[in-house]
Amino acid sequence: MANIITDETIEYVGILAKLELSEEEKEQAKKDMGSMLDYIDKLGELDTAGVEPMSHVFPVNNVFREDVVTNGDDRENILKNAPEEKDGMFVVPRTFD
Amino acid sequence: MSILDMTAVELAAAIKNKEVTVKEATLAVLEQIEKKESAYHCYVTVDKEGALKKAQEVQEKIDAGELTGPLAGVPVAIKDNMCTEGLLTTCSSRILGNFVPTFSSEAVLNLEKAGAVILGKTNMDEFAMGSTTETSAFGETKNPWNPEHVPGGSSGGSAAAVAANECFYALGSDTGGSIRQPASFCGVVGLKPTYGTVSRYGLIAYGSSLDQIGPLCKDVTDCATIMEVIASHDLKDSTSVEREDTDFTSALVDDVKGMKIGIPRDYFGEGLDPEVKAAVLKAAQQLKEKGAIVEEFDLSLVEYAIPTYYTIAAAEASSNLERFDGIKYGYRTEDYNGLHNMYKKSRSEGFGAEVKRRIMLGSFVLSSGYYDAYYLKALRVKALIKKAFDEAFAKYDVILGPVAPTTAPKLGDSLSDPIKMYLGDIYTISVNLAGLPGLSIPCGVDSKGLPIGLQLIGDCFMEKKLIQTAYAYEKARGAFGRKEEN
Repeated sequence: MANIITDETIEYVGILAKLELSEEEKEQAKKDMGSMLDYIDKLGELDTAGVEPMSHVFPVNNVFREDVVTNGDDRENILKNAPEEKDGMFVVPRTFD
Repeated sequence: MSILDMTAVELAAAIKNKEVTVKEATLAVLEQIEKKESAYHCYVTVDKEGALKKAQEVQEKIDAGELTGPLAGVPVAIKDNMCTEGLLTTCSSRILGNFVPTFSSEAVLNLEKAGAVILGKTNMDEFAMGSTTETSAFGETKNPWNPEHVPGGSSGGSAAAVAANECFYALGSDTGGSIRQPASFCGVVGLKPTYGTVSRYGLIAYGSSLDQIGPLCKDVTDCATIMEVIASHDLKDSTSVEREDTDFTSALVDDVKGMKIGIPRDYFGEGLDPEVKAAVLKAAQQLKEKGAIVEEFDLSLVEYAIPTYYTIAAAEASSNLERFDGIKYGYRTEDYNGLHNMYKKSRSEGFGAEVKRRIMLGSFVLSSGYYDAYYLKALRVKALIKKAFDEAFAKYDVILGPVAPTTAPKLGDSLSDPIKMYLGDIYTISVNLAGLPGLSIPCGVDSKGLPIGLQLIGDCFMEKKLIQTAYAYEKARGAFGRKEEN
């Protein structure tokens, strides 16, 4: 395997991905990511110098509209699926001490 | 003919002619669901009560002459990644296990306006990540042709439900082959439209630049008819394209004289099952006999499509799935210590292994230091792949090939080796990268008794050429399908 994924990398990616992996999952993730990256490295065979990265297949333009409010107060609907709510607000764990 | 064996268009006509009521059709299909679900498990949620209530409403509108369209009164199944107001929408994930949307996706609204009766939500690979429907948090769906085999994925529940007469047609979504491949494995017709044709509003995003909603159905006539209903320009989806050529049923013409069909040699190499190859080439021969001009050519870059796709799709998935944080909706862990721990635990407990694998990969390829080498590189290769298709479509109206290298694998055979599973997407994936339409239609059965799919690929906005070619092929092929016991 050409791509060796270190413990540090998995820790770092776990922070970016907001995932907490068990030791077993971490070992599996190291293996999986290594083999996926080996596979993705195949793209290195292609000379892409001078090729613009294509994010959209059509020439899309930004879609503008007038800055006018069209929706009403939708608070009740928005909160309907909240795991926890109080007085019309989402409840989150304490963020500052 | 029994109600259940009718196509969607046939049923709507029978309802219009007062030969069948909407309630009779709905009850017949609900009874079939009750009989078959323990064997196939096509659905995550069946909304019996809602369907019967809707059937009554739709019947009244048909009787009053308010609903006259070609799908009015026909019961439909919706993949569980499309929001349906008031009806559980899980994406087959634990993290959305209790999510009841307060709005419906645009494609579903378009169907409802046309008089559809929604039966329920179909099983899928979790967040549409997978090719077998085995990554669903709610158990696997089985292939009605042989329940020891997978139905394909990720729209496996939709494809199996159509094959098992557990609905008259279904909606699926296709990010790398997720409509066409299960359609192929279950012996039904599936279409992934040109990117931007069907609004993605209310479709729970996986890879936003690749996702498209499309139909899974019994024949090409249904396919064109459903497309006419669901295609729409939607300001709520900024990638929605304004098209005036959405009269897809006008292409239901049994004529391929002069149609230029290209067969990419690169789609017939190593890894392709000989029985699949023979069936697909036989279909090409039948089209040739009807007057199509069939030629082989080299498409090139085929082996680069999968690594390009997995880089881009994983990157977009890692970003799209950031919204699942245990605050606004969905699952929240029981015990946690502070905000960040709550995020991490909710996500880790809520997502399954394949979803985590792709989020991790996506986070990595987007991280500083690797963004250029992986993500931008993949976007550059995507441009080359698009160019290869542009060159092919300068010469051909339609590209013809297999949908997948094999017929449906056995349950449990695919998940052990992710890369092997990803290789099964080799013929479908580049279509999404290039934004093209692709159609899957059954073209035979292998010696194991499993259906084989033919794929037709068109240039952007050329669905009508696909529909015309598929329709002409369907006429030459004749009736297809196993007889589902109703």
